[in-house]
Amino acid sequence: MALLSTERVTMRFGGLTAVSRLEVRIEKDEIVGLIGPNGAGKTTAFNVITGMNTPTEGRVLFAGEDITGMPRHEIARRGVARTFQNIRLFKEMSVLENVLVGCHLRLRPNVFEATLHLPGYRRRDAEARAFALDLLREVGLESNADELATSLPYGKQRRLEIVRALATRPTMLLLDEPAAGMNPQESLELMHFIRRIRDQFGLTILLIEHHMQVVMGVCHRIYVLEYGQTIAQGDPAAIQNDPKVIEAYLGAQ
Amino acid sequence: MKPKRTHLYTLAAVAAFAVFLGVADATFDAFALRVLDLCGIYVVLALSLNLVNGFTGLFSLGHAGFMAVGAYTSALLTMTAEQKEMNFFLEPIAPWLAHLSIPFIPALVVAGLVAAGLGFVIAAPALRLRDDYLAIATLGFAEIIRVVLTNAQPITNGALGLKGLPKFAGTWEVWGCAALSVLFMILLTRSAYGRALKAVRDDEIAAGAMGVNVFRTKVVSFTVSSFMAGVGGALLGHLLTTIDPKMFTFMLTFNILLVVVLGGMASITGSVIASIAVTILMEALRFLDGPLDLGVFQLDARPGLRMVVFSALLMAVVIFRQRGLMGSREFSWAMLSRARLPWRRSGPAGTDGGTHGVA
Repeated sequence: MALLSTERVTMRFGGLTAVSRLEVRIEKDEIVGLIGPNGAGKTTAFNVITGMNTPTEGRVLFAGEDITGMPRHEIARRGVARTFQNIRLFKEMSVLENVLVGCHLRLRPNVFEATLHLPGYRRRDAEARAFALDLLREVGLESNADELATSLPYGKQRRLEIVRALATRPTMLLLDEPAAGMNPQESLELMHFIRRIRDQFGLTILLIEHHMQVVMGVCHRIYVLEYGQTIAQGDPAAIQNDPKVIEAYLGAQ
Repeated sequence: MKPKRTHLYTLAAVAAFAVFLGVADATFDAFALRVLDLCGIYVVLALSLNLVNGFTGLFSLGHAGFMAVGAYTSALLTMTAEQKEMNFFLEPIAPWLAHLSIPFIPALVVAGLVAAGLGFVIAAPALRLRDDYLAIATLGFAEIIRVVLTNAQPITNGALGLKGLPKFAGTWEVWGCAALSVLFMILLTRSAYGRALKAVRDDEIAAGAMGVNVFRTKVVSFTVSSFMAGVGGALLGHLLTTIDPKMFTFMLTFNILLVVVLGGMASITGSVIASIAVTILMEALRFLDGPLDLGVFQLDARPGLRMVVFSALLMAVVIFRQRGLMGSREFSWAMLSRARLPWRRSGPAGTDGGTHGVA
């Protein structure tokens, strides 16, 4: 059984069909790419899967459960985490606090318990802090822990966003253009990083990316979208030679 | 700096302030004491509004409504049957209220709870809105509350208001509530729940994706804030000893908003400092309303000049410190030791960061 699958998911905004009859099946431990020209509906697909949008038609299944149209936090609780194309960090909070918000699900604070710092809450909070610091150490952001999140350079902000998503202890991670704005060397490091976190945290990953080097290098399978339609799917070699994909990217001859 | 030592400093500061209150309580004249108590009430109210506006990022302007509900609840619960009879001469009071009389502290709690209950009810529809729309909706709710209070003659005595409330809000009661509010806010904002509030404020979508129940978080924040506003309103009623619906107009909310903005959104320290500074300044500038003798020429009494000067001061603060006195920072002892005081200019330069603690 697939970990994540979408069944004929269609998302319309007024007269615009952003995603049309999307059928995606992702098995556990896979790294799957979602590519396509700008405006193809990739981010909308992410939004539908993570509950930012409720699809007009179709169903989203995660671990056998129908999660279509569930509130965002419920989907997050079931183990789906994501990052955003335009980085969405908590701007007025420190790097460590950003990661600690990711731990929110496991802390499950209740306003009275948390405010009174009751022993049970205190223990969980201490654990969360240790876990968050471990994560930051893992990605080399430990020394920035007390800085404001937005004071970090761009590359580190991207990494922090991934760490924050990891803090929710997901089984499925959706990365929206993780390599955006990175130079070839940084992209290469990112590929290693993605593989490493998959192995270390037992993740299944779906990623949107424009850097073909990254997509082809790291993904087991790739879906190609154009104007909301799925025009091709398969392993990287097949995608690279698919005439439809070449046409979508380079235009018809 | 070791945490142990800073705790000691904090304890000493609190003790010193308590001693000051004791001395003030015994030696200040009635007017000065009233200003001092008003400062404390404003601390409660400013923190309450800051919780919603500064920490949760909800632009709410309905505070006067919750204060009114708190003030009326507590007044009706504490006044004796005779006092009520004297007040309700136009139309008799509702029979079930006539003989209700409970002590002040439980009445204060009930006042907060009633305001919180109303806040909870209003939160469900209003918090589906955002930004300016939320501000308009909450403003509207506050007006509705005021109009209902004006017209519910058998319960509230309508536009006549209630006079001769027992003067229960002494220095210790007021500052006790203020201290509890400060303590509560410090503990809350440092906890995981406080982080969730700030996450919702900074980015709702990302907060949801991290598993924070955004709507519930907002509702809790709004309800707790309403509770504090209700208590603040009740204290105000028992300090002034008369209340009427006209007290609780938008101007009251505006005054509190001013304190919050001046002190700095999302700064507890800022709210406390600004509450005290604004309250004292409003009274201290009162001489401007009377006739002025400037030596060279005389100025006739011009009521309102006080507000002109006050507004000018306000503009100066906003121009020179756009994020208020404290921004979103909090006081810490470490901050003091880092401050570049003129007589310590050779000391280590202030390094940034790590000023999120209070003690």
